[in-house]
Amino acid sequence: MSLTVGVLAIQGDVQENLISTETALKESGIEGKVVDVKTADDVSKLDGLIIPGGESTTIGQLSLVNSSLKIIKEKIENGMPVLGICAGMILLAKTADDRVMGKTGQPLLDLVEIKIERNSFGRQKESFEAEISMNSIKIPKFNGVFIRAPAVSEIGSDVEILSKFNEKIIAIKKGNIIGTAFHPELTTDISLHKYFVNLVKESKN
Amino acid sequence: MLPLAGERKNARGVISEKSNNEDIIRGTTTLKRGFAHMLKNGVVMDVTTVEQAQIAEEAGAVSVMVLDKLPSDVRKAGGVARTASIRIIQEIMDSVTIPVMAKCRIGHVYEARVLEETDVDMIDESEVLTPADEHHHIWKWDFTTPVVNGARSLAEALRRIEEGAAMIRTKGEPGTGNVAEAVTHIKKVNDELRLIKSIYDSGDNQDLVRIAREFKVSYDIVEQTAKIGRLPVVNFAAGGIATPADAAYLMSLGCDGIFVGSGIFNANDAKERARAIVLATTFWNEPEKVKEAQKMIDERQSMIGLDVNTLELRMQDRGGSA
Repeated sequence: MSLTVGVLAIQGDVQENLISTETALKESGIEGKVVDVKTADDVSKLDGLIIPGGESTTIGQLSLVNSSLKIIKEKIENGMPVLGICAGMILLAKTADDRVMGKTGQPLLDLVEIKIERNSFGRQKESFEAEISMNSIKIPKFNGVFIRAPAVSEIGSDVEILSKFNEKIIAIKKGNIIGTAFHPELTTDISLHKYFVNLVKESKN
Repeated sequence: MLPLAGERKNARGVISEKSNNEDIIRGTTTLKRGFAHMLKNGVVMDVTTVEQAQIAEEAGAVSVMVLDKLPSDVRKAGGVARTASIRIIQEIMDSVTIPVMAKCRIGHVYEARVLEETDVDMIDESEVLTPADEHHHIWKWDFTTPVVNGARSLAEALRRIEEGAAMIRTKGEPGTGNVAEAVTHIKKVNDELRLIKSIYDSGDNQDLVRIAREFKVSYDIVEQTAKIGRLPVVNFAAGGIATPADAAYLMSLGCDGIFVGSGIFNANDAKERARAIVLATTFWNEPEKVKEAQKMIDERQSMIGLDVNTLELRMQDRGGSA
């Protein structure tokens, strides 16, 4: 049985995620392919989806235009694993406020009971790298790359915190849904992508 | 992971410090180039007011670039073009959630410092403004804020990357509404990338040394670029883009995204055109969707273009020999 993992290719760093996911499949010995997806039709064929980093307002609006947002929501509600990175995590959330501007009103998938604070650590000059850990999924050490990163400011009782940094929640999990404020695809460490493709494999079994 | 060719690890712009009790590091090559990667497949729009910035954000722009005047108005006004008013940049930063960039003059280290202190997300060391130094560009490794530079050829692009540019864009010919120069520049960069890749694949190191001398860059950056067969940073199109079809065409030539200068806010249908250019950039490889985008604009509302052969001021030549 072969897996198909998609990277949403509306806008953002799609290529890096394709490479990290391909490497993760190979190193995990899982048979499967990684594809970039844009349309509702593309999305319908997937076993797992990565929503990459980029501008959440742009990705949200344009996914709305080509109606892929609706099918993404349906598939995830029916158990398809999803990894939302930075902008991707914002899109998975119920609500998102900007640190400076407050309420944004941008289109969101509303799949996890979390509230996002956008640009939580400041503007680009404050972007940083730091060592973080995700012990509950057996990744004790990971280089976190935070670029104008969001953080989770409020969390529902059914959502698991995967990681915190300086008291801020930076990674979450709820069943088949994972969200991170940092960018694993910009590092050479593919342990989180490996964890994700294994989640996709389990969900298909 | 990102290509890190040309990286200077102990650059002055890299800052190791404590945040509360945690060790963090800012201004690394991964963070600066990574920021540009987040803009890929997107449109950065030139704006001069808060109102324009909000229109750009609503249209789906990935970022806005703040200028005092749009490039075509810089041409008309003549005189010395400088960085925009800090007050306006700050007002725009407070009124949109997307990243905000601003332009400084080529070589003007202190306009760039002022922009960094203002906390803009990226600095464009731009030929649209009057150069402050005819012989040197800014040494961008000294900055924590990422900087984008224009280039007309692979040699120019690699020189800028060696100085610390985290992103490259074509120069095109700004303020003309004419894509011809941007097309020439991206094709030249692509041709030269193919050339050095084929030399690398043939194993002829001596010829790569010759290229490095000709380009006036280090051998290492030529070799590392040749090995991956593309620029080690994101490369956008800029200079003369005025319609959705222009944007889609440049994307098809391998550009990672689009800068639009005067093309939107000097047209009389700015709102629709901004939206249409975003759609055409996202869906550039679906001609049916590009047609729909092109249909949203009215050619009679496009900015009047300029023939690049009759220009008195060729902005693209600025800083080109350095």
